[in-house]
Amino acid sequence: MTTRNAKTNAIGLEYADYKGRPSTLCKGCGHDSISSQIISVAYELNIKPHEIIKLSGIGCSSKSPAYFLGRSHGFNALHGRMPSVGTGALIANHTLQAIGVSGDGDTASIGMGQFKHLMRRNVRMVYIVENNGVYGLTKGQFSATADQGQRLKYAGKNDFPPEDLCLEAIVAGCGFVARSFSGDPKQVRELLKAALSHNGTAMLDIISPCVTFNNGDESTKSYGWGKEHEAPLHDINFVPVMDEIIIEDYDPGEVRQVEMHDGSIIQLHKLEEDYDPTDRMGALHRLEWARQQNEFITGLVYYDKSRVSLAEVSNLGDTPLGQLPNEKIRPSREALAELMDSFI
Amino acid sequence: MSVIEADVLQAATFSQNRSSNGREPVVNDFSIVVATANGTGSQTSNLTLLRALFKMGIPVNGKNIFPSNIQGLPTWYHIRVSDEGFVARRHTSEVLVAFNEATVAEDIETLPAGGVCIYSADWRDVPLREDVINYAIPVNQFLREAGVKGKIRDYIANMVYVGAVAQLLDIELDKIEEALSFHFGRRQKLVDQNMGLVRAAFDWTAENIQKVDPYRVEPLNMTANQILITGNEAAALGAIFGGVTVAAWYPITPSTSLIDALVAHLPKLRRDPETGKETCAVIQAEDELAAAGMIMGAGWAGARAMTATSGPGISLMAEFAGLGYFAEIPAVIWDIQRIGPSTGLPTRTSQGDITFAYYLGHGDTKNVILFPATVAECFEMGTTSFNLADELQTPVFVLSDLDLGMNTWMTKPFEYPQEAIKRGKVLTAEEVEEKGFFRYQDIDHDGIGYRTLPGNEHPKGAWFARGTGHNEFAVYSEKPEDWVKNMDRLNRKFDTARKLVPGPIIDVDQTAEVGIISLGTTLYPIEEARLRLSDRDLDTSFMRLKALPINKVVRDFVENHERVYVIEMNRDGQLHAILQTEMPDLATKLVSIAYLDGMPLTARWIVEAIEEKEHSE
Repeated sequence: MTTRNAKTNAIGLEYADYKGRPSTLCKGCGHDSISSQIISVAYELNIKPHEIIKLSGIGCSSKSPAYFLGRSHGFNALHGRMPSVGTGALIANHTLQAIGVSGDGDTASIGMGQFKHLMRRNVRMVYIVENNGVYGLTKGQFSATADQGQRLKYAGKNDFPPEDLCLEAIVAGCGFVARSFSGDPKQVRELLKAALSHNGTAMLDIISPCVTFNNGDESTKSYGWGKEHEAPLHDINFVPVMDEIIIEDYDPGEVRQVEMHDGSIIQLHKLEEDYDPTDRMGALHRLEWARQQNEFITGLVYYDKSRVSLAEVSNLGDTPLGQLPNEKIRPSREALAELMDSFI
Repeated sequence: MSVIEADVLQAATFSQNRSSNGREPVVNDFSIVVATANGTGSQTSNLTLLRALFKMGIPVNGKNIFPSNIQGLPTWYHIRVSDEGFVARRHTSEVLVAFNEATVAEDIETLPAGGVCIYSADWRDVPLREDVINYAIPVNQFLREAGVKGKIRDYIANMVYVGAVAQLLDIELDKIEEALSFHFGRRQKLVDQNMGLVRAAFDWTAENIQKVDPYRVEPLNMTANQILITGNEAAALGAIFGGVTVAAWYPITPSTSLIDALVAHLPKLRRDPETGKETCAVIQAEDELAAAGMIMGAGWAGARAMTATSGPGISLMAEFAGLGYFAEIPAVIWDIQRIGPSTGLPTRTSQGDITFAYYLGHGDTKNVILFPATVAECFEMGTTSFNLADELQTPVFVLSDLDLGMNTWMTKPFEYPQEAIKRGKVLTAEEVEEKGFFRYQDIDHDGIGYRTLPGNEHPKGAWFARGTGHNEFAVYSEKPEDWVKNMDRLNRKFDTARKLVPGPIIDVDQTAEVGIISLGTTLYPIEEARLRLSDRDLDTSFMRLKALPINKVVRDFVENHERVYVIEMNRDGQLHAILQTEMPDLATKLVSIAYLDGMPLTARWIVEAIEEKEHSE
């Protein structure tokens, strides 16, 4: 380590130990801001880097796992197919914590099927959609989350309505559905922390502006629009289970507390409305209302810890399948002899 | 008379006089075809006949020629009995059980003169042939007498032909009962119910039909200590003993029964008795793309991961195959081949995916393929495929086919795998500390780098798997020299594969000018055809490939023969093309004999094809 006197976290790692390679995305890209929050959160939560796997598909967003947590294994897979690769990896080793990064092209178009089936199976993965409404690497085509009627320099006019990934996620059975804005790092951070404690798929639809192709103020995916219109449903504060700080007394009229599967607590400080993220019908209704009113609501939109994860459904033991010793994965000679007798 | 003529002429010779009891008996060497409608439960009655013959010690093989349909379309089950042990499909069947009114007219046409037609007496206007021996069985009468009504009527009606055939061909009743008992898992009530009808038809036939045909069976001692099993079930068991830990799949004929068998056998064989936890997970994916993605993710994270599919599924897996080759991820892909292109004939066999699987993936991709020809090899390759995938860190394809996978074959009980489970070059955290870790460096000069698994605690133990260009440290690189270096190493790895894959099975006749190369289930008609050719003074050598890529042994075989026929079940001669590409200097020695109509090849067709080529020399 070059900086001997640098601050370390509770497991003795420095902030730098959570960094990745230098980003090659455009200066000011929303995605880099999200990468920074992932690094901060992993440092703050004392996460062991080897217990994380990073997964992505193809696109600007999907490049970003190379730019955070350099000490974690990563798999940059195929366009739209990160969910299946993650599902396989997590069934082979269910003790790992997965952070998947996707984009609106990678998820809402080519990957919609796998996205929905990941949540249907409740694979334990934080699934981040870095949503900017536009294809960057191919230079500015509309994605399926672009605003209807929007005009872009090269792509012309978008005639079709946008997909709402939060609605899709709730309908698919996801138990942790959030929307945020890369220009609101504090909220992104708290949501990420909570997402990492969720026992199942946690979907974060983060509006993350593309400074090169879709940052005009009239675009709902721009910094300007986000700063102007972001309407948080609540102020979020995540209290991890291991935290010994006694939670201050709170006024149930002011704060809604949500206890998570592992005992962690999400505190939702009420703002203008009293929003209940555990009400599925309410969440669907609120999202649809926001869509009709063109409101940019952010925060924890839906939470349900009742579903079990794929690993539990699969009745797996403590040792990951991928690390079982040879004697556990080949039955005995006697077992084969007995089996062959049953065929006679 | 040579064997080839016997196929057709045996029957004809005796057909002149229908009433002749003087016809010489034909014992243990003929074929039966049972024509029924799909979904009527005839699989039970057909397997009962097959197993009863097998239990009499007679070598048998059953081939189900079935439609892509759940109920109603015609289906044919061919049973060959052969005291010489031949199990290939024959061109003609001498004994027809015509139990499908919709096809009875055309079924009768397929009989050789002197053949036997057993049909339902309840039908009108059956176009019976004069030169065939016809036996009418009053099916409805049996059902009425047995009081069978409702849904099970069709199912149980099939037992009528079991009884009649048993009487006519001398199949022992207690063997039929043993077969039924096996089929129904010893549920005596079902056995008794079916056996009642079998006995009634058996007795009625004895009293009312005068047997004038020559076909019968006699007990032999040629199947002792053998079992009957399908290739797909053998493959599933092979995977279970080969250490499969993750299987992801999507239903597709004819591979589905492989996973069905996996699911059926896993609880008993692979549930940890101490903890009650599974040591293998099976996930039904949303499509073959996802199935391929799941096994790639699982293989990367250390699992012995497999999928089973067929041609259309392989098409969908193309992109992941390329990723697996390039990012170097172990996985096993079983392709139970059916006819393409496109949906093709989903219930008919082929060897049409050889070139596609070999080169699957865009860009410069080459894959390792195993070719099982027997159910025993399906079992054996359960271990071999995973070991190769782990040692070579690459997707390994296993190309079976519908005939092997879904039909029932005799085999000796499987032997416990001789090959240990090998996991290849995987570094632990301690080993990373000791040796360092450079993912794609060719330290051992075999083209195979060392890998670590996610979860490796060493601070330098992580790597980034990617389908994008990368250098030796798995870091993104667009440098031309990095690209070339990596691709050259992958070629070196492929050369290592040549040494690691199972070598061909060779039967060299030192005097033979003619060699035959094949793979998979063409083995059976080729074995028979070689004997027939030998009878006709054409001796041949034979090499059956068990894998691609090839090695020097194949080259030597071609060099040592004047002409080498490459026999395969597809239109374009796919293996032939690969062999020509691999041995351009010997290309003109290789002659393609390729044919595909959905049916397994017959010895007769191969003999004719080779003789035609020989005469045109």
